[in-house]
Amino acid sequence: MKRFLLAAAFFVVLLLIWDVAFRTKIWSPVLLPSPWQVATYLKGAAVDGTLAKATVITMRRLLAGYFIGLVVGLPLGLLTARWKLFRDTIGTMALGLQTLPSVCWVPLALLWFGQTEAAMLFVVVMGTLWSVVIATETGVRNVPPIYRRAALTMGSKRLHMWFKVILPAALPFIVSGMKQGWAFAWRSLMAAEIFVTILTGFGLGQLLHYGRELSAMDQVIAIMLVIVVIGLLADKIFFSPIEKFLHRRWGTSQA
Amino acid sequence: MRQAARHHSSVTEELEVIAPSKLAIEGVSKSFRSASGTVLALDRVSLNVAEGEFVCLVGASGCGKTTLLNIIAGLEKPDSGTVLADGKPVTGPGRERLVMFQEPALFPWLDVFGNVLFGLKLKPNLTKKDRRDVATYYLELVGLSRFEHANIHELSGGMKQRVSLARALAPNPRMLLMDEPFAALDALTREQLYGDIQEIWKARRKTIVFVTHNVREAACLGDRVLVFSPHPGRIKEEFAVKLPRPRDINSVDLAAHATRITKALKSFGQAEAAVTG
Repeated sequence: MKRFLLAAAFFVVLLLIWDVAFRTKIWSPVLLPSPWQVATYLKGAAVDGTLAKATVITMRRLLAGYFIGLVVGLPLGLLTARWKLFRDTIGTMALGLQTLPSVCWVPLALLWFGQTEAAMLFVVVMGTLWSVVIATETGVRNVPPIYRRAALTMGSKRLHMWFKVILPAALPFIVSGMKQGWAFAWRSLMAAEIFVTILTGFGLGQLLHYGRELSAMDQVIAIMLVIVVIGLLADKIFFSPIEKFLHRRWGTSQA
Repeated sequence: MRQAARHHSSVTEELEVIAPSKLAIEGVSKSFRSASGTVLALDRVSLNVAEGEFVCLVGASGCGKTTLLNIIAGLEKPDSGTVLADGKPVTGPGRERLVMFQEPALFPWLDVFGNVLFGLKLKPNLTKKDRRDVATYYLELVGLSRFEHANIHELSGGMKQRVSLARALAPNPRMLLMDEPFAALDALTREQLYGDIQEIWKARRKTIVFVTHNVREAACLGDRVLVFSPHPGRIKEEFAVKLPRPRDINSVDLAAHATRITKALKSFGQAEAAVTG
């Protein structure tokens, strides 16, 4: 309770500073709207459904791209961990492409796919894929050999070994890779939505983009807040329980 | 009809005391390449283990005793020589010969019960209920019924090795291979486990090959104690320990045996030092 109150106080103070900054009128209200203006925009957008619609569209794109990234990335990671040939080729490529900021994929995607859904999907997949590949590979290669040996003596081999021993043993790494992949997917999608200005299916990124076009600072800040909150919620709802389970089972310290 | 009857009684059959395995090792050699050249870990080692016998291999670290155990387990292949388990050549690991490792090789993603079930799930012709019954039986045997659903990291070192033992026993192997399983435990826990392992050995009638560098431990557990000399790994001497069981590690008779074995071990150490020095 005390922790909660302290955290709440922190955010209230933050809002107060913002409000004071607005009242001093050092910056033009066009550039710095008041918290109330942002709240008013949020309320309006919530009531007329703009926000919900944009959020649903964004989440759909995100989940589709993330899911493809996982489905392709996990097996690729296993292959790179298992065979030197894949490590030298796909592994090296993954390592290189992972360092490429995902927004760098946008120009290529725009030229290949035009202003389309496919362009956004492509950018999200590219953002997710490589970190999943690398995390899976690292995880598998860090599985203590003793687990394999113990399982071998009990008659485990091939697929059983992969699914019942190696993958579960690599789970902590894989989950942190999935989490990183999620963060990258989220960033990539925002980059894609801001640059891919399609006319139907506005996501949060597009709302942000058109907020800028209209110089509607209240909209820009409001949407940024929404994006932050969604990121936080995803972490709390999806990843936190998995991580808690891992900490409990493995006995690693609760971060 | 027979098939059905068999299936019906599979739990009791699973828990039945089966004939222990015998082992014949003939001229096994194994070398490893290392930075400083080729090391002969085992040099023409021959060894017979009778059905239901408890044999201890003692020697300094690096004398090849663990390598021999791995070869018996089928986890490593010898460069030459043969290993026959019940007359059949060992070509790979199998659940007839289960291993208990020095470091607990328990799976942290499973709880205690899940770990004991692991090997059972790989055994064909067992129903879910059979497997659970068998796992429950062995957890009780090692005295850990209350910890069925504990996570591995919550267990003490001794409890972990008890779970390892239950996991190795559960698929009802004919032979148990133990690689310094108690080396990392404190003395008190170890003494308890000496008692337990002797009891279980008697009750479940397994052939046990037990690797250790602790002479007293070897004298306490083994029907026979084989002393290894290092570089190259060879069986140098053999001691029969004919003390009544269960044996107490602190008994005077046992100490006399241990002293003789230690003397033998030391003599190779000096011979070794004389050669290299």
